Amino acid sequence: MCASGKYNSRGPALIPRMKIKHRIYYITLFSVVLLGLVATGMFQFWPHSIESTADWTLDKRSIHDAPLIRLPVSSPIPERGDLSCRMHTCFDVYRCGYNPKNRIKVYIYPLQRFADELGVPISSTGLSREYNDLLSAISDSDFYTDDVTRACLFIPSIDVLNQNSLRIRETAQALAMLPRWDKGMNHLLFNMLPGGPPDYNTALDVPRDRALLAGGGFSTWTYRQGYDISIPVYSPLSADVELPERQPGPRRYFILSSQTAIHREYRAELERLKEENGEALLLLDKCSNLSQGAASARKRCYKGQVYDYPQILQESSFCVVLRGARLGQATLSDVLQAGCVPVILADSYILPFSEVLDWKRASVVIPEEKLSEMYTILKSIPHRQVEEMQRQARWFWDAYFSSMKAVGLTTLQIINDRIYPYAARTYEQWNNPPVVKWSSVNSPLFLPLIPPRAPGFTAVVLTYDRVESLFRVITEISKVPSLAKLLVVTPRKKFKCPECTAIDGLSLDQTHMVERSECINKFASVFGTMPLKVVEHRADPVLYKDDFPEKLKSFPNIGSL
Amino acid sequence: MQAKKRYLIVLSAGACLALLFCLGGVRLPAAGRRSRHDRSRRSDQPWPHYSDPLHRFQPWDREDTEEFNLHTSPRQKKEANTSAYRGRRCRMDSCFDFSACHRNGFKVYVYPPQKGEKISESYQNILSSIEGSRFYTADPGQACLFVLSLDTLDRDQLSPQYVHNLKTKVQNLPLWNDGRNHLIFNLYSGTWPDYTEDLGFDIGQAMLAKASISADNFRPNFDVSIPLFSKEHPRTGGERGFLKYNSIPPFRKYMLVFKGKRYLTGIGSDTRNALYHVHNAEDVVLLTTCKHGKDWQKHKDARCDKDNAEYDKYDYKEMLHNSTFCLVPRGRRLGSFRFLEALQAACVPVVLSNGWELPFSEIIDWNRATVIGDERLLLQIPTTVRSIHPDKILSLRQQTQFLWEAYFSSVEKIVLTTLEIIQDRVLEHGSRSSLMWNSHPGGLFALPQYSAYQGDFPFYYATLGIKPYPKFTAVIHAVSPLVSQSQPILKLLVAVARSQYCAQILVLWNCDKPLPAKQRWPATSVPVIVIEGENKVMSSRFVPYETIVTDAVLSLDEDTVLSTTEVDFAFTVWQSFPERIVGYPARSHFWDSNKERWGYTSKWTNDYSMVLTGAAFFHRYYHHLYTNYLPTTLKSMVDQLANCEDILMNFLVSAVTKLPPIKVTQKKQYKETMMGQSSRASRWADPDHFAQRQTCMNKFASWFGGMPLIHSQMRLDPVLFKDQVSILRKKYRDIERL
Repeated sequence: MCASGKYNSRGPALIPRMKIKHRIYYITLFSVVLLGLVATGMFQFWPHSIESTADWTLDKRSIHDAPLIRLPVSSPIPERGDLSCRMHTCFDVYRCGYNPKNRIKVYIYPLQRFADELGVPISSTGLSREYNDLLSAISDSDFYTDDVTRACLFIPSIDVLNQNSLRIRETAQALAMLPRWDKGMNHLLFNMLPGGPPDYNTALDVPRDRALLAGGGFSTWTYRQGYDISIPVYSPLSADVELPERQPGPRRYFILSSQTAIHREYRAELERLKEENGEALLLLDKCSNLSQGAASARKRCYKGQVYDYPQILQESSFCVVLRGARLGQATLSDVLQAGCVPVILADSYILPFSEVLDWKRASVVIPEEKLSEMYTILKSIPHRQVEEMQRQARWFWDAYFSSMKAVGLTTLQIINDRIYPYAARTYEQWNNPPVVKWSSVNSPLFLPLIPPRAPGFTAVVLTYDRVESLFRVITEISKVPSLAKLLVVTPRKKFKCPECTAIDGLSLDQTHMVERSECINKFASVFGTMPLKVVEHRADPVLYKDDFPEKLKSFPNIGSL
Repeated sequence: MQAKKRYLIVLSAGACLALLFCLGGVRLPAAGRRSRHDRSRRSDQPWPHYSDPLHRFQPWDREDTEEFNLHTSPRQKKEANTSAYRGRRCRMDSCFDFSACHRNGFKVYVYPPQKGEKISESYQNILSSIEGSRFYTADPGQACLFVLSLDTLDRDQLSPQYVHNLKTKVQNLPLWNDGRNHLIFNLYSGTWPDYTEDLGFDIGQAMLAKASISADNFRPNFDVSIPLFSKEHPRTGGERGFLKYNSIPPFRKYMLVFKGKRYLTGIGSDTRNALYHVHNAEDVVLLTTCKHGKDWQKHKDARCDKDNAEYDKYDYKEMLHNSTFCLVPRGRRLGSFRFLEALQAACVPVVLSNGWELPFSEIIDWNRATVIGDERLLLQIPTTVRSIHPDKILSLRQQTQFLWEAYFSSVEKIVLTTLEIIQDRVLEHGSRSSLMWNSHPGGLFALPQYSAYQGDFPFYYATLGIKPYPKFTAVIHAVSPLVSQSQPILKLLVAVARSQYCAQILVLWNCDKPLPAKQRWPATSVPVIVIEGENKVMSSRFVPYETIVTDAVLSLDEDTVLSTTEVDFAFTVWQSFPERIVGYPARSHFWDSNKERWGYTSKWTNDYSMVLTGAAFFHRYYHHLYTNYLPTTLKSMVDQLANCEDILMNFLVSAVTKLPPIKVTQKKQYKETMMGQSSRASRWADPDHFAQRQTCMNKFASWFGGMPLIHSQMRLDPVLFKDQVSILRKKYRDIERL
C-alpha cells in the first residue's frame, strides 16, 4: 500500500524526466515489492497444503514421547479440597479480566508422564482416550490459548477421570508440581468416577487445594454450589452405538430397568413392582451365560431372553436410573440418548449441569424410599408431558452428553457464564431444543403493560412525490389529540402506479401484488418458518355500530368512511 | 536536487520493502494463532491429537455389583447420613422430616404468642401473612412446618428489638424437637464490628429464611435467602413497579447511580470507599457520605468533606427514577435496602456484594434482571454496563418489574414465596420448573398441584411454541327445574352442541329439584354430562371437575341466549388470548370518590373491566385457581350471597394476567332477555343484588390489596363485521343479523 501510494502521487510526474537506467531500476524495484506482496498473500491464503503434511507428521506423535517426571517421595502434597471455596474466595478473577468477547482463555498443560521414584506410574491407565478427546476438543475451541500468561483457567493433562486407576497421593503430588499450580487457583479437574470402596466418596479423593472440580457424582454435601460443576458420567457406548432419534410418543414398555449393578434390596423392590404391574415393566439384568467383557455391556437378559442394549431403551417410555455404589451413573447418558425419560432415584445427587439445565423438563426425580410408589407416580404424568420430556431428554443428550467434547465445552461455558454473568447464556438458550427455538415466541416486550395515554404517539408518514395526498394525511392526522409528533419520511423511490387513486392505493396494480407475494415467500424462507398468524377478529370500540346515541360513543366516527 | 529526490525515493521504497516483509513476517504467526490448524503445527505448546491406542474409560466396574451388595444397605446408609450431616451441613435429606408433609400436605403451624413477648411490626406481618394463607393450620399435629412466635428478625445485640434469652426460650418450647421442621425468619444478625451471621442461639436443625445470607453459611436447598425489607414494607398488595411504559432506546439520563453511606473503616467499607474512582459526575454518579453515627468525624478521611458536599447536591429519588443501572454495593451486611428500591424503580441493580446469596436464589434466575458484578473488578463496572446491548437492558428492566410484583412488593408475597419454595422441595417430582418461576405470572400464581406440565397452563403456550387444545367444554349452571321443552337452557344446549369446537357439555345441576331423567335432555352430537353441584353453592360452578379435559371452558348461565355462530367466533378469539376471559356481557367498575369506595355499573359505557361468566370462555386452570388459591372467606361470602362469583373470577384473572378481559360481539337481545324474560328473573331484578355486588367489589379489593381490574375500550368483532360488503363474504354473518 505504501509503495503504490508513492507511485501514484509522484511516479508519473517523475518517470519521463528520469534516465532509462533509473527507470529500469525503479520498475525492477517495484516489481520486487509487488512480487513480495503477492507471495505474502499466497502464503496467507494457501497455507493448508503445507500444514497438513506437518499435521500428519505430528499425528504420529505418541504419548510415550512425553517427558517422564519422577516424583520425589517428599514432594509436597496439596491440601484436601476446601469445602468453603467459592468463585469470589478461591478463584483469581484478575486472570480473566475484562474481555470484549466475554470469553475465558483456557490453557492446557503439555502432556507429561509421572512416576514415583521407583518408576511406577501414578496411574494404571495413563491418558485415557476420553480425556484425550476432551483436551483435543478444548484445544480446538475458541476457549483455548497456548499463551500461559493470558490464561484464566488451567487444565492439567493428568487424567483423573477415573479414581480407580489412580494412586491418590502421587497424583496429588503431580498436581502440585505443575508450574502454575499456585494452590490450585484457577485449575480445573475433570473426574467422572470419584471415590472407591468401601465408602465411595462422592467427590474425587485426590487432594487438590483450591482447584475447581468438574465431578460426575456429587452429593449435596460435597458439591460446592457455584464453584464445582456437576458433569455426567460419560458412556462410551455413545461413540459405538448410533440410536436414531425417535418421535416422542407411547412405547412398548412403560418402565424399563436395565442397570446391572442394583443393590439387592432395590432389585427386590423392583421385582415386587414387576409382579404388580406385569407387562408394563421390563426388568433386565446382566446375562449369566455371557462371558464378562465388552460384549456383555451390550446385552441384557430377562429369564433367559436376551435383549440388545442400549437399543432396548428406545422401547420404553420411562427408564430407571438408580444409584449404585456411586451416585452418578453412565446409564443416565444411555437413557437420554434413547429418548427415554429418566426416572432418577439417587437421594442427594446433584444432577449433571444442574446449574443451567432444568431437569424438571426432562426427568422425574423420586426419593429412593418411594421406589415402591414409582408406578403410581409415573402414571399420573400427562401424556403430553411425557412426550415433551422424551424430546427434552434426547435434546439434552445431543447437546450436552453425546461426546467428551460436549461435556468439556459445556463445563467451560458454565464457568464462562459465572465469570461474565451479564453475558451468560439464557435459560432458553440452555434448555430449549431447536424445535422449540423455532416455534416459540419470545416477545421483546414481554411485560404486560398498558401504557398511559399521556405521552401520545408519533405518526410516521411515508410519502412519495404525491404532495397533495401527503397534505391530506397531515391535516387529518394532526386533528388527533394524542398525536405527539409527526415524522415524514421521503424515500428516493418514485410512486410506481401513477394511475392509482389515493383510495385504491397500489392494491389495483397486479404486478404490485405479485411482488408482494414473492416478498412473503422470500421472507418466510429466510425466517425458516411463516411467523405470521391468521386471526378472524378485529378490534372495534366497545359500542361500535351499536344501536346507541352516537354522541355518547367515545369513537363515533369510526367506520364512517 | 535531483539526486536528493532520487535518494529519497530509493530510501522510502527500501523502507517500504523492509516494512512489507516485516509485516508479512509478523502477520504469519498472528494468523496462525487465529486458525486452528496452524496451531497444531506450532511445536510443543498446544494439545497434539494423540493417536496412540489409549485405554478406554470404563464407567462400569465389574466388581461394583458384588462389592456394593456386600456393603451396607441403602437404608442404613441414609440413616448414617442423617446423623452425620447436621448443623452447618444440614440438608433436606438429613435434617427434615418429610413424613408429616406427605401425610397431611404442606401445612404450617404458628406458635401462639407468648405472654410478655414483644413482637416487632415486621414479624407480626410475617406471622399474619402465614395465618392468612391457605397453608395455615392451627393444629400442630397436622403441621409439616413450624414457625416461632418469638421474634427472631433482629439479632443485632445493640438493637432495641433484640429479644434476650432466646436460647432458653426456644429450648423450652415443647414442640421444638431440636428445631426439626422449623423455619426461622431473620433480617439482621451479628453486630458491630464484625457482623457475623450468628443468630445468638442454637437453631439446631431448623431452616433459616434469612436476609443478607452469605454463600458460605447458606445451606443449599435447605435455607431460603430472603430480601431485606423495611418496617414500612406493606403487609399485602404493595405498590406496583414504577415502569409505566417501555422506552426505546432504553437509556435514561444516568447510566449508573448510587447514593449511600460510606463506613470508612471496618467490614464492608472497601468497595464503598473506592466508589469515587468510578464517579464521573456525568452519567456515572456514585455518591457517598461519611456522616453516620455520632462519632463519624473521628474516622474522617481526606475525601469526606468533598464527598459530603457532592452528596447533598443530588436527590436520591430523582436519580433512582432516571438511571438505567443502580449500583447495589454491600454495606456492613451483604444485602441492603437498595436492592428492592432499585428493583421497584426499574433501575437494573448492579450487585457488588461478593458472596451474597441473592434473594430466593433457589428459584429466581437473577441474570435475567440484574448485573452481578465482582467487587474485585469495581473499576471495570462502567465499561461492563456500557457494553450491555440495549435489547438486553430492555429485557432486564422488564424483568425487574415482573419480579418485584410477583415476589417482593409485600411482606405477604415474600412469606408466601418462601413457603412455596419449601413446598416445592417437599413435592419434588411435582414442583415448578424454572420457567414457571421466572416468567409471567410467576410461581405464586402457577400452582404445581394442578399440573407439573407447563403446557397445561394458560401462560406458556407462546414460550413453548404450542397451542391450546382446539376444543372446549361448556359448563351450564342450571338452577331451575326442567318443566317445559321451550326452556332457554334446552335451546342453549342445542346451540352450543352444534358448535364445531364443542367437545362436551357439562350441566351442573344446582337446583333443589331432583335430576331430570336422561331422555328429558335433547339429543346432541356431543356428550352431555349432568353432575350435581357440591352443596349446590355458587362456587361449585368453578370447581375443577375432572370431566373437563379441554383447556377451554365455556361458562354459561342457564338463561343465556347464544347462537352457534357467536360461540364459534368467541372460541376462535379465545384461542388467541388463552390466558384471559373472553365473553359477551361486560361490566365496569369505578371509584366513587363521594363514598370513597369502589362502585359497580352495568350501564352501557364506552369501556368495561369485567366480562360476566354467564357467557364466557376461559382456561380451565382458573377453575383450579379459584378453588385452591382464593381464601375460604371470599368463597363462602360468594356462596352465602349466591352472588358475585363472576366478579371474583374477574378479579382473580386480572390479578394474574394484569390485563383486562375481552368482550366479543353479540346480538343485542342478550341483555333484554337476561333482565326481562328470564325464568330466573329474581336474581337480576332484586335491588339487593346490585348493592351486594358493590359490597363484594370492596371486600375483594381489600383482600387483593388493591384493585386488580383494568379497563378496556376494545371489543373484538369478526373481520368485515358490519362492513359494506356482501353478507355472503362474511364468515360469521349470523352475528350481525337480528
